[in-house]
Amino acid sequence: MSNVDQSAPLMTQDGVPLKVSLRRSQRRTKFRALMLVVPLLAFITISFIVPIASLFTRSVDDQLVNDVFPLTFEAMKDWDGQAVPDEAIFAAMFMDLKNADKIEVGRVSTRMNYEKSGWKSLIKKTTRMMKKIKSPPYKEQMIDIHDRWDDVEYWQSLTAMKDPYTFGYYLNSVDLKYGFNKSIEAQPETRQVYILLWKRTLLVSLLVTVFCLVLGYPVAHLLATLPLSKSNLLMICVLIPFWTSLLVRIVSWMVMLQQEGVVNDALVALGLPDEWRLPMMYNFTGTLIVMTQILLPFMILPIYSVMKTIPPSYMRAAQNLGATPTMAFLRVYMPQTLPGIGAGSILVFIVAIGYYITPELVGGKDGRLIGNFIAFHMQNTLNWGLAAAMGVVLLIGILILYWLYDKVVGIDNMKMG
Amino acid sequence: MSSSGPFVRYQNVQKSYDGETLVVKNLNLDIAKGEFVTMLGPSGSGKTTCLMMLAGFETATHGDIMLDGNPINNIPPHKRGIGMVFQNYALFPHMTVNENLAFPLSVRKIGQAETEEKVRRALDMVQMGQFGDRRPGQLSGGQQQRVALARALVFEPELVLMDEPLGALDKQLREHMQYEIKHIHESLGVTVVYVTHDQSEALTMSNRIAVFDDGIIQQLAEPVTLYEKPENSFVAQFIGENNKLNGTVGAITKGVTTVDLGEHGKIKATAVNVSKGDKTTLSLRPERIQFSSKKPAASKPSLPAKVLELIYLGDHIRCRLNVAGNEEFIVKVPNSSLSSDLKPGVKGHVSWNTEDCRALDFAG
Repeated sequence: MSNVDQSAPLMTQDGVPLKVSLRRSQRRTKFRALMLVVPLLAFITISFIVPIASLFTRSVDDQLVNDVFPLTFEAMKDWDGQAVPDEAIFAAMFMDLKNADKIEVGRVSTRMNYEKSGWKSLIKKTTRMMKKIKSPPYKEQMIDIHDRWDDVEYWQSLTAMKDPYTFGYYLNSVDLKYGFNKSIEAQPETRQVYILLWKRTLLVSLLVTVFCLVLGYPVAHLLATLPLSKSNLLMICVLIPFWTSLLVRIVSWMVMLQQEGVVNDALVALGLPDEWRLPMMYNFTGTLIVMTQILLPFMILPIYSVMKTIPPSYMRAAQNLGATPTMAFLRVYMPQTLPGIGAGSILVFIVAIGYYITPELVGGKDGRLIGNFIAFHMQNTLNWGLAAAMGVVLLIGILILYWLYDKVVGIDNMKMG
Repeated sequence: MSSSGPFVRYQNVQKSYDGETLVVKNLNLDIAKGEFVTMLGPSGSGKTTCLMMLAGFETATHGDIMLDGNPINNIPPHKRGIGMVFQNYALFPHMTVNENLAFPLSVRKIGQAETEEKVRRALDMVQMGQFGDRRPGQLSGGQQQRVALARALVFEPELVLMDEPLGALDKQLREHMQYEIKHIHESLGVTVVYVTHDQSEALTMSNRIAVFDDGIIQQLAEPVTLYEKPENSFVAQFIGENNKLNGTVGAITKGVTTVDLGEHGKIKATAVNVSKGDKTTLSLRPERIQFSSKKPAASKPSLPAKVLELIYLGDHIRCRLNVAGNEEFIVKVPNSSLSSDLKPGVKGHVSWNTEDCRALDFAG
């Protein structure tokens, strides 16, 4: 049909180059495919990308302070930070407080309180008693209202908030903070919690992944190799807890593992002295045990579906060739299940690292993870900047781990069956 | 072949999976060293189970299996030293061809230099020498089959089992591989037990064939004997084509009997596994029958026939006739100038030699 000339591009009968013709005929199919994908794309953009973008902006946003104290910051440009500021700066502060909107003042005082505890009550009292000040000089009168105005540390902390965008929240999330004029320094020891939390979260996720692997692999193997009736029964045993409400499962664990719970009572009945009751609930151990049980199906199912594709003739062939059952398992069977192990592990790890409900309910003091503190800042302290920053750090951390996983194992090696 | 007893012996072997039905019923089979024995039969006849019992993946519920005089019932499969080619090849997908072949050698702790030598030799034997670094997934079906064969032979076992290894290949490749396997068997002198349901494959490759049905060996013989002298209707039916005529056995003199075909007359036949008065099915191979429009000599058994259909197959013509009420009576006529008088509707006679017509058990 077409002229086959090795040097010129192929043409169709009406003289149009073959490539163009091909593209045209495929355009309709491609357009239809795109139309089918557009709703999902829109949904993902709106429900996923937009909130994450807003998360990023919120984690660095410090516009509010600038909006409320423009004159103050202008006046403080040349302040050296050594001694309490002079009258001009106090005058600027007074003007700003006087002109500011009431609601904004409330909000900014909460924000400033994150930076240094005490700002909130300071601003509150000052705005309440401000009407008593009729004329300059303002410095003495303001210090009269509240002696914190005389504390140079408060003025220094103001300088950390002078830019509309700040990395202060990010610093806080790793136990650092801004000092005078945005120098970076460590938080006081009594306030250092987050680095410990990150380490603990990582440790718990790793441990839970390992436990799930050790416990889940034999179950997946049984599921894949038992005859149909027995494997169906076993599958039901794996899935029913999976479908049971999460809270119901957690509460049952509380009943089982607490000091006066079923397990401890049974041990005491078997002879364990009463003072030696095992503390397994409302602590690190409790978090580990309950998270392992909850995340087990996420490990079992991917491994099972990979194992299902391995025909039993491989093990037979290996044994026939002279390998003992153990050797056959280690050298022939297990390497073929690696994609399933990879998929299950990364699934469990990533879910565990951001986990909130279980550590919240059973973690007690030393079993709570980073997710719980993000929630704490969102709901209690209302420090959304810090919560957002911690969320972003978590997201970036997971992306880095994912990239490492790809380098070491390879995403293309991941199989779900 | 072997003076010190059979190499493989099945002795009164029985196998049941559920304790109620016997999949293998009382198997007795001796295989000599260096012999190529095929277990032939339809699906579910028990042949693969017998092979699996020899390999060690199934245990006999009754009876003994001996390998070179030693009972192997209690020896686990990885200690039996038997090579095996599986139906789906079972090449390890996460290893290259070289690694696949090196596996049985590394398990036997053979040194690297010797391993490389043996692997190379095994691959050359199946003409796959340049595919050593490929993975099984990158090979075609025929190539995988050859690698599987090489892997079963690389550690030089004395016994090789093959479970329908050519089933997944196309016709031409299958026939080519049949010859290759046969030649490898002859050059290595290894004992081979082969399982298949394809009778032409069995006839091509084997020294002896054991025809299985319903868990019992129906006949164990060389291919020629099996084809020319089937002992019962099942074997006659299963191997090659045969025409069937039903009748009743008359008196038997020196192995020859006169069979009463009812309204179609009487005819002489060789009595095989019937006695006087039994109902019988006569078995006639299509290529042993001649058709002629003239009446044949009285010494040869013959019956009237009418041509119904002719099918041209290149080197011969398949002629379907109506003989004694059987409308599927087939005669294979060589394609020569003498076949020009064959046309549908032509009436004549079919005739054969008495020893070519066997009176077997009644097969309905």
